[in-house]
This record gives sequence, structure tokens and C-alpha cells, in this order.
Amino acid sequence: MMVIDPHAHMISRTTDDYQAMADAGVVAVIEPAFWVGQPRTHVGSYIDYLSAILGFERFRAGQFGVRHYCTIGLNSKEANDEALAEAVMDILPRFALKEGVVAIGEIGYDEQTPLEDRYFRRQLDLALELDLPVLIHTPHRDKKRGTSRSMDVCEEHGVPPSRVIVDHNNEETVAEVLERGYWAAFSIYPSTKMGDARMVEILRRYGSERIIVNSACDWGISDPLAVPRTAHLALERGLPPGDVHDACYANALAAFGQSGQMAESDWLAPPPIDQRTLFEGNSILRGGRPPVIEQQS
Amino acid sequence: MSVTTPKLLLGRWIARQAAPDAAQWLEDHAAAIGEDRPDATIDHDLAMILARMPRRFGRDDLFLDAVDLAEADAACPGWSPAGLSLDGAARIYVLLALPAEGFAARFRRLRQGADLGELVALFRGLPLYPDPHGLEAEAAEGLRTNMRAIFEAIAHNSPYPAPIFDQHRWNHMVLKALFVGSALAPIQGLEARANKELAVILRDYVRERRAAGRPLPPDLWRCLEPHAAAAGALDELAAARLAAIPAPAPSIEEPTA
Repeated sequence: MMVIDPHAHMISRTTDDYQAMADAGVVAVIEPAFWVGQPRTHVGSYIDYLSAILGFERFRAGQFGVRHYCTIGLNSKEANDEALAEAVMDILPRFALKEGVVAIGEIGYDEQTPLEDRYFRRQLDLALELDLPVLIHTPHRDKKRGTSRSMDVCEEHGVPPSRVIVDHNNEETVAEVLERGYWAAFSIYPSTKMGDARMVEILRRYGSERIIVNSACDWGISDPLAVPRTAHLALERGLPPGDVHDACYANALAAFGQSGQMAESDWLAPPPIDQRTLFEGNSILRGGRPPVIEQQS
Repeated sequence: MSVTTPKLLLGRWIARQAAPDAAQWLEDHAAAIGEDRPDATIDHDLAMILARMPRRFGRDDLFLDAVDLAEADAACPGWSPAGLSLDGAARIYVLLALPAEGFAARFRRLRQGADLGELVALFRGLPLYPDPHGLEAEAAEGLRTNMRAIFEAIAHNSPYPAPIFDQHRWNHMVLKALFVGSALAPIQGLEARANKELAVILRDYVRERRAAGRPLPPDLWRCLEPHAAAAGALDELAAARLAAIPAPAPSIEEPTA
């Protein structure tokens, strides 16, 4: 079974994770630009980070036969550092049109401050200007109201709901998000977000239309196999295979594919896996393991 | 045939293959980018134009025939546009429209924020830009990459490295080609720039590979041969020659050779 993990911070993950994801059927991942666990203090760190997620990380994923895409944005936490945020806004447009950038994101609210609001709005305008979909991070605290407000602001700026993926939903937010015509994404993340069994119940109740499952795996305790795991659990519990396919594969492709930067042919007819392209002196292949070379048939 | 330039050639090849509105868009932006404006404005516009190229032109190969390749070689000896994509050619075209003053600094800023396709185009244009010596540090930085496509954009089928790199940099480029499994044959100037120091390093490399029971790269002997005796590497040369039989097809042809 092929699955897509449309929210995975692979820059924080190991090669074992990539290998396990590939083995479990993950054909593509989307890496949203996010907060790196502590605040960046210079725009230069942002430039290097954005370059890394659309450059070397993309290459690294390719070594394992996983296609890698990213979203570009200023996250809500760092929007509160005005000097940094201004400098980041100046350089964002240059990164947003690079190859494999499938949305502006993840953007939205954290504490719902005026500065967060300002940069959320400016990035919505940027998405419209550059004709890119939007990935919205909904806040952990005051989530229900923060989610409604995020959609209100999208509508105020004229961003069509069909172009917006609202992420980190739960049982409390999903009905409104679907009703208003947005894509509703769920992060299967231990302790703080959704669990896989709860996710299966949501699919049973709401069906699979516009529902997207992701892992949001990052530097915290999280599970890069959350999407294939949830897919298997859903099948085991008797959900229609078509619904599982939609939620764990097809919907993410349809939503982010609107960027024109992501197509099924990217992994169905990919360049062959070739790990020899690495330089031994600074290689992710440690200890002289023989490289895996897949011959083009 | 009148004297032509790489920029004129690129413009002609792009115009005959691209949609007319895309070609016009390119002309307009190339003209505008060369105007005298504040540096930051040029940087921003340039980054946006370069990023839009695949959307405007697609990623198909640039179509070239034997006459085109001959013209390229006449306009810039050794330059081979073979294997360029249409969007890559358009990117180089815009770079050639930039003012010569401050070119290396601008190249550096572009390189620092470039994606894979942009990096390939930036580096494939190296033989064509103003102030080739000023770009040496940029080429050196590019060679430090882990991504073979970038390495080969600099090292393969290009007249840039041979006259610019000093012996140390040259030798390390050749060695890196061996280490990343890149063919040596497409490196221009391989025989002319062979040197004893490189032969000594290759001699030791051959010994190391044999001690580890690993195969030798098939084209290593070409760099070793001219100075093998001086480097005390005749045994290693014999082993390296064996590795070349049967000679596999080179991964990239060298059309102007």
C-alpha cells in the first residue's frame, strides 16, 4: 500500500526513519517549514534552514526512494520577533517558488497575538500572489476558537477553502472545518495531538472526503510510521479501503498537488535510487556499507 | 558566419523551442535585470525570475544539433551546452544579462539560496560569466557538495576548471570524481593537467583500494599514466589498466571532443 505523509519534519529524523518509512510504503513526504525547537535569532539561520529543507533534505530522502516536498513560511511563534519576522518576510518570496514547494506554511496562530495575526495575513496574501496552497497550523491552546479564526481570516483575504489545508484537527474542530469546505488534516502524534484509534473513529464517522492523515513527526517523541500504522489499523477495523486510500494518500496529493509541484509520476516513474552520489568523507552511509543501487529497468 | 556570443546563441535556441510568450517574457526580464538599480532590488527580482523558469519553460532538454554545438564551441572554446534543460538555459541567459561589476558577489548570494535545478544552471554557466577568476571560490564551494549532479555541473564538459584551478584544487576535483563515482573522461584538460603530486595520491589510493579488496575506477589510469614512473606507481598503473578492461561506456558523452 502506498501512503503519503504530508506533514513530517524529516530534517529532525534519522536515516533509519527514512528506511522504515520507505519499507512501510511511504512514497512521499511533505516537510513544512517550522519552529526548530528554539527561536532563531538571525534571518541567516532562516535562509539556511529553508535552503536545507528544499535542497539537501530533498536529496537525502531521494536516497531512500522517498520523494520529498516542502512548504515555506514564517511560523507563528517566530512571528512574535518583529525584527526577525520582517527580515524573513523579505526573503520568503524567493524560496516559495523553488522546485518542490507545495504550499505556504505552516502558518497561523500560536498565542494569537497581534504580530502573529499580521504575519499570518501577509503570508496569505503572498500565497494568493504566488498561486500556492496554504497549510495552516492550528494552535494547541484555545484551539477551537483559534481554528475558527484562522478560517475567518482566510475568507477575509479571499483565499478559497479548497486551497487551504487546516492541520492538527481533533474531534472538536473537524465538523466546522469540513463544513466550511477546507481540507481537514490530523496529526497522529503521541500525547499532544491525535491517536490512531481516535483517527479511525473520525474516519468512520465523517468518511474520507477532504480528510488527511499525517504524522507531524519532528524532534519530539513522535512516530514517522504514524500514517501507515493508522492505515493498517483502519483496514483492520473494517473501514472501506477506498476511504483509507483517500485519507492516507489521495487527498494529500489532491490538496498539495494544486501547487503544480507534486505529481504521482514523481514516485511512480522516479529516478533510480543511487546512494553512490554521496561523498564518502561526509556521507550518511556510515561504516562502509555497500551502497544500494537500483538499476533502471 | 559572423562573430556570435554564448548569450546570443542561448537566446536563439530558447526562442525557437519555447512558447512565444515565454520567450518574450524572458527577453523583457533579461533587459530589465541589466538596468541600473539598487542591488537589493536586482537580487530580489533575479531570485524570483530564476525560480519561475520551470513554470515558464518546463524542464525538457534544450534541443541542440551538431551545428549548434559547433557554434557553441566557436563562441566559447570547450563550452558544451549539451544536456542543458530549457529552463536551465533560460537561467543562464538571464545571468549573462547581469552587469559584470559585482557579478561574483551576486553569484554567491544566488548560490546560497538556490535549489538543485538552479545550482546546476548556475554552475553550468561558469565558463560564460564575466571575471572567471573571481568565481573560483564559488566553484570550489560547489565542488564541496554531496550531490553528484552539482559536482558534475562544474567538473564535466566544461572549459572552466582547467585554466582557473591551481594544482591543489584541480587534484582534489579529480579525486572527488573518483570518490563519488563520477566519470573522469568528461573532465576537460585531464591529460594536460596531470601532475606528479596527483600521481602520488592516486598511487596511494590504488594501494588502499587493493588492500581493502575494492575495485578500481576504470578511468583512473588516465591521470596516473603521465607521471606513473616519477611517482613510483608502475605496479599501480598496471592494476589500474586492468580495471579499465572491458572499458564500460562513459556515463556522459563528450560531444565536442
